Amino acid sequence: MADQVNLIIDGRPVSAAPGTLLINAAKQAGIEIPAFCYYDGLSLQAACRMCLVEVDKTNKLQVSCTLPVAEGMVVHTDSPVVREARKGTLEFLLANHPLDCPVCDKGGECELQDMVFRYGAGESRYNETKLHVDEKQWSPVVFFDAPRCILCYRCVRICDEGMGVGALGVINRGAVSEIAPNAHDHLECDECGMCIDICPVGALTSGTYRYKTRPWEMEHVGTICTHCSNGCKTTLGVRDGAIMRGNNRDSSGINGEFLCVKGRYAFDFTSHPERLQAPLVRKNGKLEEVAWSEALATVAAKMKAVREQGGKIGVIGSNHTTNEENYFLQKFARQALGTDNIDHQRTGDLATLLDALHGKTAALASTKDLYESKAVLIVGSDLSQQHPLLAFQIRANFRHHGAHVYTVTPGPVREDKIAKQSVIAQPGHELECIETLRGALGAESELVILFGDAIKGDAVRQLVAFADSLGIPVKYVCLVDYSNSRGASDMGLLPDLGPGYRSVEKPGLSHDQMLAAADLDLLWVVNANPLEKTTLASAGAFVVVQDMFLTETAKRADVVFPSASAYEKAGTVTNVCGEVQKLKAALKIMGTKPDLEIMGLLAKEMGVNLGIWTPDKVFDEIRKTVRGYNVPLPVITTGGAAQTAPVNGRVTFQPRPDLVQSAGDPLFTSGTLGRYSKMLNSVLESPGALYQGK
Amino acid sequence: MLYNEPSPLETKVLTKRFGLPNSASIETYLATDGYKAFEKAATMTPEQIIDEVKASALRGRGGAGFPTGLKWSFVPRTSPKPRYIIVNADESEPGTCKDRLLMENDPHSLIEGMLIGARTVGALKGYIYIRGEYRYQIECMDRAITEAYAHGWLGTNIKGTGFDFDVYTHTGAGAYECGEETALLDSIEGKRGVPRLKPPFPAVSGAWQSPTLLNNVETFCAVPPILRDGGAAFAALGTPKNGGTRMLCLSGHVNKPGVYEIPLGMNMLEFIEKIGGGMRNGKKLKAVVPGGSSCPILRAEECDLAMDYDTLAKAKSMLGSGGMVVLDEDTCMVKFALRIMRFYAHESCGWCIPCREGTTWLRKLLQRFHDGAGVKSDIPMIGKLANNMLGRTFCALGDAAAMPTISIVEKFRDEFEAHLDGKPCPYEHAHELVMA
Repeated sequence: MADQVNLIIDGRPVSAAPGTLLINAAKQAGIEIPAFCYYDGLSLQAACRMCLVEVDKTNKLQVSCTLPVAEGMVVHTDSPVVREARKGTLEFLLANHPLDCPVCDKGGECELQDMVFRYGAGESRYNETKLHVDEKQWSPVVFFDAPRCILCYRCVRICDEGMGVGALGVINRGAVSEIAPNAHDHLECDECGMCIDICPVGALTSGTYRYKTRPWEMEHVGTICTHCSNGCKTTLGVRDGAIMRGNNRDSSGINGEFLCVKGRYAFDFTSHPERLQAPLVRKNGKLEEVAWSEALATVAAKMKAVREQGGKIGVIGSNHTTNEENYFLQKFARQALGTDNIDHQRTGDLATLLDALHGKTAALASTKDLYESKAVLIVGSDLSQQHPLLAFQIRANFRHHGAHVYTVTPGPVREDKIAKQSVIAQPGHELECIETLRGALGAESELVILFGDAIKGDAVRQLVAFADSLGIPVKYVCLVDYSNSRGASDMGLLPDLGPGYRSVEKPGLSHDQMLAAADLDLLWVVNANPLEKTTLASAGAFVVVQDMFLTETAKRADVVFPSASAYEKAGTVTNVCGEVQKLKAALKIMGTKPDLEIMGLLAKEMGVNLGIWTPDKVFDEIRKTVRGYNVPLPVITTGGAAQTAPVNGRVTFQPRPDLVQSAGDPLFTSGTLGRYSKMLNSVLESPGALYQGK
Repeated sequence: MLYNEPSPLETKVLTKRFGLPNSASIETYLATDGYKAFEKAATMTPEQIIDEVKASALRGRGGAGFPTGLKWSFVPRTSPKPRYIIVNADESEPGTCKDRLLMENDPHSLIEGMLIGARTVGALKGYIYIRGEYRYQIECMDRAITEAYAHGWLGTNIKGTGFDFDVYTHTGAGAYECGEETALLDSIEGKRGVPRLKPPFPAVSGAWQSPTLLNNVETFCAVPPILRDGGAAFAALGTPKNGGTRMLCLSGHVNKPGVYEIPLGMNMLEFIEKIGGGMRNGKKLKAVVPGGSSCPILRAEECDLAMDYDTLAKAKSMLGSGGMVVLDEDTCMVKFALRIMRFYAHESCGWCIPCREGTTWLRKLLQRFHDGAGVKSDIPMIGKLANNMLGRTFCALGDAAAMPTISIVEKFRDEFEAHLDGKPCPYEHAHELVMA
């Protein structure tokens, strides 16, 4: 490491790495230099002039957000001249600002308000007429109120640099300069709302949140997004038992401030009018609402009867339920129902990867690795559409560290723009195409490979063999679809593998086999919708479903339990990179119960002892019994993410690559949940498509 | 064409072909030592050329007055990237109208100046960024470029020297801000014309992030005479640190407004009196804007000084881009300040807060003040607001708006007071302001 640079800020000796910007050096020393346009990780603007400071031996105020520290520099961040300059700049900012703070969404959490409170003048000297421009709606979720805008260009930069979309620009000049969409009057973008989130004032507001509440009237619940497998932390603003908004303004969690359209807006399924709020039991061919006690008794009796008669039971778990629920479900199936006929919709071939990686350490990448690795290879996934956080991390890595990105995809993807080499691979020919990159990849010092469901079965082993032959450290991400797809696999929702990928003695029926078994007596489906596209072969099977909505599967059910969504319960989920994070209940929907509680009550009703069914107790058991899940509790209980230690040994199972199939959700769909999100369906881009290069 | 009669007191170096028949044609140019300087430069090393330019004490004629030889020496000649020559012909400073005359009357001297620059830094391409309003001058340059190609002074292997150079004109779209060199670069790259962060300076990373030699039209036009006759001879025309001649654009209430080439260091009053033909209608001189609207104004009694960069700096003003505006006793200085601020408020690019908001606020305030709705506290506030811009903006445009305003309020406070209490403007019936 190069020598530290020593300087003096406000009389305090400070040392910082060479090249550190003055504003950051001050921050490290605990001295705040106010700024609007400076934003960590985005390009430098020096436009707002709030961060001007006095530096000895210079003839005018210096811009601390673009000035690198220098040896012997003497800086004053709070001198009378600096204070006066800040006051002057804020006065200019307020000149044309509407000061409609009492009705502005941002009121209470507005950076301009805070700045004026701390650094501004007490009185206004502005006597002229203010400029006014009418508010504009750019999309169902993005509104723009130009007079409030202070032109810090954060939105333009986050859209262009952070998202790789570049949907925003600036029109006009001078005082009438305005942020505007490049598509003139509307946005054609990811609808991620990053521009709204990053806006320091109330210029950009959210269509789902505006004028609904004051920020201080909400409770802020930090939990994990329930949509894709990336596991972004989202802080839900809850008021009167309803979610008002989602954001991650405190930048905690693996995603920093990043959220995509689903994480930010697609929580409205929780209050969808079709949400089930009472158990249903089929009577005279019709599903009728009944009391919980009746529904539980009906199912417990049926399960007991089928078990006693030695009937055939099938259990299908979910990609969305918590680790605790998944663990409890397989325990229920294997111990209480005595069956290994348990599976879930597999979306990535994780088991084969773990087996192929046996004996290797540190071979599974974390989300942080994607930001730090020198090189990244993306195989068979439209990352920006399917795994927006991972794509965001890679883009940031490219911007900040110049990472080398390689793509091997069936069609154009956004990552092509930052890729060193892009190869279009016809389905089934991915490995041949990766082979053509051998020279380039071999010259890298390290590599992270992300692969989608195009690589499964033997192809996974061949990919690992290829990577081994490069002679460089390689880490992997096996891409899976949903918020706890990884956890479903880890917790043993598989007919031939128990929790922690331990082999079972006698493998049970797989997902498709259960549906195709004409002699199935009982099918128990927990928050999944296997009958969306197929029919159940066994006409006489008794079907028990736990779900939020009357899905195709629920319609076929004999008993339906209304379950709680991820935003309504506690527990843990494991993201695509194996990072375990904790859910926090943000609200309660009347009449619903978390799946864990439903299963616990069923066990009780059946008279079997499967242990205490509170999430904490079940997680304790998981930590003790499931390989890799002995994660540090303090990390996850404080809202952090702890990566599971991968299984490091052979995994014995029956490879079934034919069962591995990603649903291929782009940005604007999300399986069943997406169907019940009005907001997600309302944007112009919905439902979206993969491999359009967008 | 010429817009004013030349004065016998001029020292004609850059303008020596002005007034010749067909002065813009390559035939006239070649018949009057045209492209001789390039032939000479082709035999010199880059270091020798730069030394010659340094010896001329030539300083940038665009406004900032940076030593040209030094600027040329900053361009890394061994860079693996291509190098570019860019001419700033976005002449937009109110009061300034010299570059247009050079392009109309002697376009080949500009091309030759670019050629010499290209020879020095090893550039293969040159762009002339001309403001969009200069339709006629764009045509003039295009015609000259075509001629130069036809005669082999542009293109590949120019006159057997083995040197290639292409020149293009590029049209601006009417933004004053694009005269700022880095905003010009963004504009030429097809982006919104806003200034860039410096460093890096254009010499190192300019157009398309490549080393770029960027100078004003007049600066490039001064290079052929310097090479031809030697830097020392050019320097001798002016004062020690202010080499050569300067084209001054005289406008306002004088008898003979026009563009005149004078040696640096001439006395300002003498210039107004003898070359400018004195004040119009026998009126008294009130004030002078010495070098374009962005310069702090000088009162009549401050004008008895030598016109060179250093003397004007001592008088807390500058020679800027050579646009001298002369104001007589009938001029309303409040209206003058308003006129200047209207320009800057209109032209502020909007990038940084102090300039964007400050110019518009001041425009509104000055308008209100001139309309008779001013109050006493407005007068110090004009200065305070301008001071809140001064030195705090991203580029020099904010300073350009602040400096004249501050100086006008300081030096003509009595005129502001005369507008108070709803009194009509004391100069209401005087002539309208003439300003280029």
